[in-house]
Amino acid sequence: ALRKARRQEQLVSKRLLREDITAEELGQDGAKVVLDPLSEEEVLELLRGVQRGSEDRKRSLSQLRWALQNKETQQKFVRLDGSIRTLIGLFTSSLADMQMEAARCLHELSHSSDPAVVEACLPVTSYLLTYLSGYSIEFTELCLYTLGNLVVESEAVRKQLLPQGITASPHEAVLEGLGYVLSQLLQAKEAPAEIIPLVLDSVLPQHMLRLVCSGLKAGTGAAVEFAWCLHYIICSHTANMALLSLGAVPALTSLLLDLASEMPQDASEGLELLVCPVLRCLSNLLAEETGCEGQIQDERLLIALFLILQCFLQQHPFIVQECLWLLNNLTADEPFFCSALLSLDLLPALLQLLPCSRMASVLVLTILCNIAEKGPAYCQQLHRQAGPPQLAADPEVVGQCFELLHLLFLHWPE
Amino acid sequence: MLPLSPGLRHRLREGPPPPAPLAPPAPPRAPPAPPFAFAPRRLRLGRQHPLLEDGDVHRHLYLQGVLTGLADPADRPRVSEFSCHISGCCQVFDTLEGYEHHYNTLHRNVCSFCKRSFPSGHLLDIHILEWHDSFFQIMAEKQNMYKCLVEGCAEKFKSTKDRKDHLVTVHLYPNDFRFDRPKKVKSGPKHVSSRTKQGASMPIDVSMETSKQFQVDLMETGPSENMEIPQPAASPGPSVPEKRLYKSRIPSTICFGQGATRGFKGPRKKV
Repeated sequence: ALRKARRQEQLVSKRLLREDITAEELGQDGAKVVLDPLSEEEVLELLRGVQRGSEDRKRSLSQLRWALQNKETQQKFVRLDGSIRTLIGLFTSSLADMQMEAARCLHELSHSSDPAVVEACLPVTSYLLTYLSGYSIEFTELCLYTLGNLVVESEAVRKQLLPQGITASPHEAVLEGLGYVLSQLLQAKEAPAEIIPLVLDSVLPQHMLRLVCSGLKAGTGAAVEFAWCLHYIICSHTANMALLSLGAVPALTSLLLDLASEMPQDASEGLELLVCPVLRCLSNLLAEETGCEGQIQDERLLIALFLILQCFLQQHPFIVQECLWLLNNLTADEPFFCSALLSLDLLPALLQLLPCSRMASVLVLTILCNIAEKGPAYCQQLHRQAGPPQLAADPEVVGQCFELLHLLFLHWPE
Repeated sequence: MLPLSPGLRHRLREGPPPPAPLAPPAPPRAPPAPPFAFAPRRLRLGRQHPLLEDGDVHRHLYLQGVLTGLADPADRPRVSEFSCHISGCCQVFDTLEGYEHHYNTLHRNVCSFCKRSFPSGHLLDIHILEWHDSFFQIMAEKQNMYKCLVEGCAEKFKSTKDRKDHLVTVHLYPNDFRFDRPKKVKSGPKHVSSRTKQGASMPIDVSMETSKQFQVDLMETGPSENMEIPQPAASPGPSVPEKRLYKSRIPSTICFGQGATRGFKGPRKKV
């Protein structure tokens, strides 16, 4: 179902930070989970409780936050006059715990995809941004993830973001949240035309690159988010000259080498989330006209790729096609990587990937064709190391096999 | 498992290899003869390409918190209760995060003149300049002194109105942004009680706040009075809520110096 949503370009990802509230805080009995919608009166009652400056205010606010997990309650709440304004008021107050609780309420609301709720939250944007340079990590994170969620849903929110500027404290968790916000921004439909040019005009790209490449030392959370940001920028294919000139290719290559050498034998938790976008970035950058493979003629990149493949093959098979894509781009034009592949004796490992999936089969065979196409010497090596390729049932795979055979016969009739 | 030779990882750690002997040059590329169509080419994939599908789904699941289970129930270590060390503030905490947030909200960016606190150092600086710098008004008559509120925007203006117009039209701020209200010429005694109750819980401080925004008869102790750069417009009976607060039940988080203090729990742990 997720794949289908993605195909329809409807894969909307939002983050939700939610805490446990104990029953005693709510003043309710036991573990009663309030997931049913409240009636309009009940919502109004909560709102009034929050507006009154009394001891109960904190409790009303907590109850409100709990209740706002429910979609209908959200809708009812935003329809009440002054509701968002009240929340903003508490959100911008110097009552620390009220502020936090109000922030959590807003966070719940941000998870909605109801246009009315989203629109009601629009005034919150400027305030969310105002607090990003603060020092309270948890609070700032909350603001960021709320902002990120709103960004996904609302073009109006997106429009405000860059003109208002984002000043965030350099704490790792905050940077991760910021990366998340930007990654959502960069996926908007209007991103290639409107957002990416603005981003490129700023210092953001070099910071992103730096944060991605220092991911191993500084903690992977932020690096992951910014790597995905870079991916969204790069695959829009509007930005790549700028990134190339920043030295993205050698930097990302070096990162892959580091990642591969740090990798334990068994899959490292969460590292695939960093590896994936980095692979994609490199592949797309290499596909640019300027032919920058010359920048990375380092056979260790192949070693890194195969170590990565080995590491993730079992747990995260999607990495296979991502690696093979890069391998194709490396071997397509320049002979350097073709001969390195052969001399490093990586062919058996490559062939091992054939049965992984249809896509993998086609890609592996394509790579073999890339090698064979380079001439008789290559064909000779290929045959020696690989033997005749096995045929499979899939027509595309078979077609690719024939292409390969053809090339072999063409260059090396023996 | 892939059949990789054992020495490979080691080679990775060595420095870059010496420039390799030139690979045998490829023959000039002839166009493929039909029915064979293969030509090597670098693939350039757009965001929605099917090859990227699985990876995108994985990313999505991660964001939804599915992969990491519930998002990190970081166990906030509970410490024994301690109180805020700012003199006059007797808030009590039992988590470091709770204290941190309190401190940052109330004490960090505080104007030493009027005790208002601000969300950021930047806004505080602007406030001090515009409200408490005696030369400011003089200089403002001669040159553009009102800075844009957006960090990184170097614009300056000759009046708060001009600045506000700039914020709205260029930076798309809302018309009624709380942190940009013009200072009233008469600096009212609104903040008096906040001085005496410095750091003590807001209900008193903030009770002053009855900005135009809150037409409703809210005993609005929430809003940003403390945080505003300028003073809110005077509204009827700001003193009334204050009195009401004193007279009515005293909120548990208020403290009068030596009075009984009651702590409040800081923000709970993240789930």
